[in-house]
Amino acid sequence: MARFLARRIGLALVTLWLLSIIVFVGANVLPGDVGRRILGPFADPRAVAVFNHQLGTDRPILVQYWSWLTHALRGDLGNSIAFGDPGVSMLTRALGNSLKLGLVAFLLVVPLGVLGGIVAALNRDRFLDRLITIAGISATAVPEFVFAILAILIIGVALRLLPITATAPDGSSVPVQFGYLILPAIPLVLVLFGYIARITRAGMIEALDADYTRTAVLKGLSYGTVIRRHVLRNALLPTIAVVATQTGYLIGGLVVIEFMFNYQGIGQLLFLAAQKKDFPLLQAGVMVIGAVYLIATLVADITYSLLNPRIRYGGAD
Amino acid sequence: MAATTIDQVISSPRVSARGERLGLLWRSPTFLVGSVIVLFWALSAIFGRLVVPHDPFQPDILHGLTPPSPAHWFGTDNLGRDVFSRVIVGARGILTVAPLATLVGTVLGTSIGLIAGFFRGLVDDVLMRAVDAFLAVPVVIVGLLALVALGPSNLTVILVIGIVFTPLIARTVRAAVLAERELEYVQAAQLRKENALYTMFVEILPNVLPPVLVEFTVRLGYAIFVTATLSFLGFGIQPPAPDWGLTIFQQYIYLIGGAWWPALFPAFAIASLVIGVNLVSDGLVQVFGKS
Repeated sequence: MARFLARRIGLALVTLWLLSIIVFVGANVLPGDVGRRILGPFADPRAVAVFNHQLGTDRPILVQYWSWLTHALRGDLGNSIAFGDPGVSMLTRALGNSLKLGLVAFLLVVPLGVLGGIVAALNRDRFLDRLITIAGISATAVPEFVFAILAILIIGVALRLLPITATAPDGSSVPVQFGYLILPAIPLVLVLFGYIARITRAGMIEALDADYTRTAVLKGLSYGTVIRRHVLRNALLPTIAVVATQTGYLIGGLVVIEFMFNYQGIGQLLFLAAQKKDFPLLQAGVMVIGAVYLIATLVADITYSLLNPRIRYGGAD
Repeated sequence: MAATTIDQVISSPRVSARGERLGLLWRSPTFLVGSVIVLFWALSAIFGRLVVPHDPFQPDILHGLTPPSPAHWFGTDNLGRDVFSRVIVGARGILTVAPLATLVGTVLGTSIGLIAGFFRGLVDDVLMRAVDAFLAVPVVIVGLLALVALGPSNLTVILVIGIVFTPLIARTVRAAVLAERELEYVQAAQLRKENALYTMFVEILPNVLPPVLVEFTVRLGYAIFVTATLSFLGFGIQPPAPDWGLTIFQQYIYLIGGAWWPALFPAFAIASLVIGVNLVSDGLVQVFGKS
């Protein structure tokens, strides 16, 4: 177990380091002249030179990377150009809001997706299965803002079931805050549903075809007991790992959803940084998102290994 | 002459197997429905300008936001432009950018996947770690960063999405190559002392084409998703193109006031195109199998 953990954390750190190179190249090498890119083609060359000196982007590229990396390791991701504040504090505040929205989306999509996958697997190759599978892959492919338009129109404007802003009035209780987040979460739920349902279905079908399930049926257990005690327990394991890998898609969707609903999360912050060509904040934001994703997959892997006796006992030997 | 006959004898079972698969494809309802939808939008992209009832760029400020009517089937937008004409013509931008981006990613990804799967070892390890690093951040966000750095234009969108897709496609191709390289025909080529490039691109490549084709259609659906999202955020296809994502960005604020038509019809257009592409790729996966 300890070796498994060490290996897994080591790999995550290597991935994070590679990501830092990709992100650094994106924010500091691709623009060519960073100061010129921010100030525009008509800015005075002297102003560009001064600005580049202030940003430190007139130094050799490796020196810049080293300085950025060592500061990042000490928890300093640089200051935002547009807002002047330290990137870390802005991002942690926004991340808290995004986590709330992401949590609401996960709380809705995980039960729905798992249920969809179970229903599809139990009706394998029949109409209901094809319907859930095709609706699922179709919904996964449709961009969040398309669903957001439909959700705003049908639920917010026509039926007036839910408020169409994402932020509850100040001082609202937690349930009210969550109520405001349901409408923005719906597009995220629709996009994530198909994948979770598909993985659950695949896990279910594998378990349904397994020898232990046949044994359970042959020794005379009732259908319900076989499904609950033998099939579901084994089938739901891979789903846990998959739910975590969906964090990435979730955060990608947050950029669009938070911008549309004017919700002050990390997605909206990244979008504002992109609009203002705020490279330090953008760079910091992408690193934070990468770190969140890697932590989520790490936690999922560990949970998976704790729940899966094959890995747990294998590691204990 | 004798050589051709032998060739024909050897190749005939393969041809019939391919024919059988194509037959299966045409009997798949998902593939057929998907093809019809994609074909409709492809024709709109090519010939749309010639057949639309109104000039999609002609504003008519006095008749802004008029609801659907016989004169304007889908109504008019805030500037009085005909929404129906703009939706039809709007297919062109996304159907140029997304397939070209996917093509860039497929060509680069297939080459890298062939190299990594064939040589394995260090090249392979480095490549797979790079794929993990790319996967840790959503494609939309990597795309956003690169487009801010380079400045948005159709060409940069194509290159950025193509390059972001490269590692993903490389991984799929690598997996297929790993299985192929153990087969006897590859050993035969190596015993003949064929060079590595010939073995990779002439011997192995044709045998991994089915997964590459499936990967292309799956990625195409996702490229449309990403292109539409980037255009919606203002970093993809630029005005005055009547692009769907861009149009929705410009028009969705009027939803609240009850003017649903300028944003809803382009939204349906995007949804139908991505669903069409996904039905086609689902049909291909069913017939050719996912590697």
